[in-house]
Amino acid sequence: MATGAFAERVLLATGGGGVSEQPTTGDEPAGEAPLTPGAGWHRAGGQDLTRPRRKRRRGGGGGWGSGNREAAMVPEAEFSSYYGRQIIKSPTWKNPEVPLYFFLGGAAGTSSVIGALAEFTGRPTLARNAEYTAGIGALASVVLLIDDLGRPERFLHMLRVFKPTSPLSVGSYILSPFSAFTSAAAGIRLLELQPVLELAAKVLPFLPRLAGAFPALRKASAVGAAAFGGPMATYTAVLIANTAVPSWHAPHDELPFVFAGSAMAAGGGITMALTPVEEAGPSRKVALTGVALELAAIHRVEHGHGIVSEPYHLGKAGKLLRAAKACTVSGAGVTALLGRTRVGGVLGGALLAAGSVMTRMGIFEAGMASAKDPKYTVVPQRERLEARQAEAAARAGTDDPHEARSVVR
Amino acid sequence: MTTVSSASPGLSKDHADPVTGNRLYGPLPDVQGEAGYETDHPARVGFFTDTSVCIGCKACEVACKEWNTLPMDDSHGTRDAMGLSGMSYDNTGQLGANSWRHVAFIEQSRAVDLPMPVFGRPGDDRQDSGQPVNPISPQADSTLNAQTSVLNAQSLSEFDPQTGQSGSDKQIRWLMSSDVCKHCTHAGCLDVCPTGALFRTEFGTVVVQGDICNGCGYCVPACPYGVIDKREDDGRVFKCTMCYDRLTDGLQPACATACPTQSIQFGDLDELQARADARLATLKGQGVETARLYGRDEADGVGGVGAFFLLLDEPEVYGLPPDPIVTTRDLPSMWKAAATGAAVIVGVVASAFVGRKR
Ligand code: SF4
Ligand code: SF4
Repeated sequence: MATGAFAERVLLATGGGGVSEQPTTGDEPAGEAPLTPGAGWHRAGGQDLTRPRRKRRRGGGGGWGSGNREAAMVPEAEFSSYYGRQIIKSPTWKNPEVPLYFFLGGAAGTSSVIGALAEFTGRPTLARNAEYTAGIGALASVVLLIDDLGRPERFLHMLRVFKPTSPLSVGSYILSPFSAFTSAAAGIRLLELQPVLELAAKVLPFLPRLAGAFPALRKASAVGAAAFGGPMATYTAVLIANTAVPSWHAPHDELPFVFAGSAMAAGGGITMALTPVEEAGPSRKVALTGVALELAAIHRVEHGHGIVSEPYHLGKAGKLLRAAKACTVSGAGVTALLGRTRVGGVLGGALLAAGSVMTRMGIFEAGMASAKDPKYTVVPQRERLEARQAEAAARAGTDDPHEARSVVR
Repeated sequence: MTTVSSASPGLSKDHADPVTGNRLYGPLPDVQGEAGYETDHPARVGFFTDTSVCIGCKACEVACKEWNTLPMDDSHGTRDAMGLSGMSYDNTGQLGANSWRHVAFIEQSRAVDLPMPVFGRPGDDRQDSGQPVNPISPQADSTLNAQTSVLNAQSLSEFDPQTGQSGSDKQIRWLMSSDVCKHCTHAGCLDVCPTGALFRTEFGTVVVQGDICNGCGYCVPACPYGVIDKREDDGRVFKCTMCYDRLTDGLQPACATACPTQSIQFGDLDELQARADARLATLKGQGVETARLYGRDEADGVGGVGAFFLLLDEPEVYGLPPDPIVTTRDLPSMWKAAATGAAVIVGVVASAFVGRKR
């Protein structure tokens, strides 16, 4: 983690946990404290970190709130900020609309793939349920996305350009065909019901004449939807990772797999819950594989990124993610053990869906928390910068790599 | 009609980086050319904000609000609210939708060694450090003490433009810095904007088109400096335009015109860079060791910025990120992960349908 001089400073600042490289007699001449001429400033009224602090007792005041041991793996870092204000701006996206959108996109995306394959493998009930799930999920997604815009009436401006550098632009070109295909498949399914067709024929009298083509049209739509189902489930991970929000950006290579796993757990779980056990076999397998992928990927998000992994353990995000894990794991257990009974399928599916919702909400909250605290922006960047400066100094053969600096809390 | 946007240089294959194969990162000598302007476009302009001469008068903030008719807000960005921040003389607080210039204000102090008796002095709060002792020879007289002191207060207060002496053993300085949109070479806000509302002007600056923005808010968390923000009641985002309207009429931006100390200097970017390098050398020569340029380095995480600064302390002290990167630098690897994830979903579902029917 922290390297070189930075690690030293962190150690110093945290009292060193008993390390005694820095003898603190408390009466060194004041002139000796700053390392560099011109430095040594600290914010008036703030703490002067240029003077070694007296040793603190270990234990107790770790400053990690509810004593989360996992979080304590990162030593508390000292850093400067402008009156503790956040550096980046918090996302303006609505909560819970946006995390719900992530969940629905994932569930609908997986369902659409399940639906298309069920169409061609003689599982009519599974196909029907998966297509309805995908259609409803996709339409709700569109509503949530438009609702989140500051100027909803300008939704179509999303389609005036195509920008591969903007995940939201790419996403609009995924969501539009996806929602068109899924709602077409679900709509045709509805029309295949006699009373609905009779009702619809009052508005569009030519519809009954097309009835013969319905199954073929439906299958074509289901295949079209399935082609966009996978991207629909994972592009939302890129959407949040491609920001300056530290806890979203750092795990940018793992979040798409968390979202893929969570989407499979949700889509598999929901279609399993809706479908009789004889046909729901594939859904069960998809859900269980999804849980395994999600848990493996989120473990790396939560533990692999030093200080920016921390928000995933703290506060509201930590609570949501712990609850999500409980739901997901118990949902997987119920599915594996009782999935071949109707009750087990429904219970397992509901738990998996709940777990997926909370995973998205937890990830959302963790990002918001990391945007709020300047620590998560400054400390990793400072580490990066100092590593680079130390490297440059080593190459140039100078011994003090530091730019003159003050130490300010 | 839908067009593939050329607003971001990320797509241009012409001068693609040999390592990454794209132009999402690294120096871009001709940022307007990359955005599709003909070669006869005007030179790239920018701001050089020399904070060492800023007096914190906030004339730039006022001029900006006046020219751009920005609404009032308090230090937390709440519209039409008046309020004191309660932390310093800074009641603007931050850049935002309604504040396109923000004068940061930091009061700092430090202890100094002065050749004077400190025994029994009333109000001495340095109980733990006691009397200054010469590290080399504790018996040395006070003059030698002053000379060998690492912090030579005399020379610093003489040359450090913002240092003053307060009391007997403390120095006080006020750092003031007028912050603004950086008009990045690789602008995260511009890269992620899905509507093309944000665009690169012929001057190399980054501007929002108010009639296009649909308020998706994506640019807000994409900016590594926390500049652009949404006006909640309006729904759209707003930020500094470097007075695009004035530039097209051959005028300077309002803030640069109003600045009484030439802390804000406007001009062609390469000229400003040369001027800044010279200013830094002067200050260093005078012993101001903490002076540094921020955003000047074209090899940095955003390819250098159009509005760069001379700072007297670390960037984070002023509320600036110490080592910002444009988030789209990592986008190719993100898309790869997302595509793999999508393929995994299809593969897993397909394999789940293979085999036994239950
Ligand atoms: S500073 Fe932020 S708002 Fe300004 S151009 Fe750069 S990314 Fe965009
Ligand atoms: S809020 Fe406006 S300017 Fe910002 S990314 Fe969305 S459309 Fe573009």
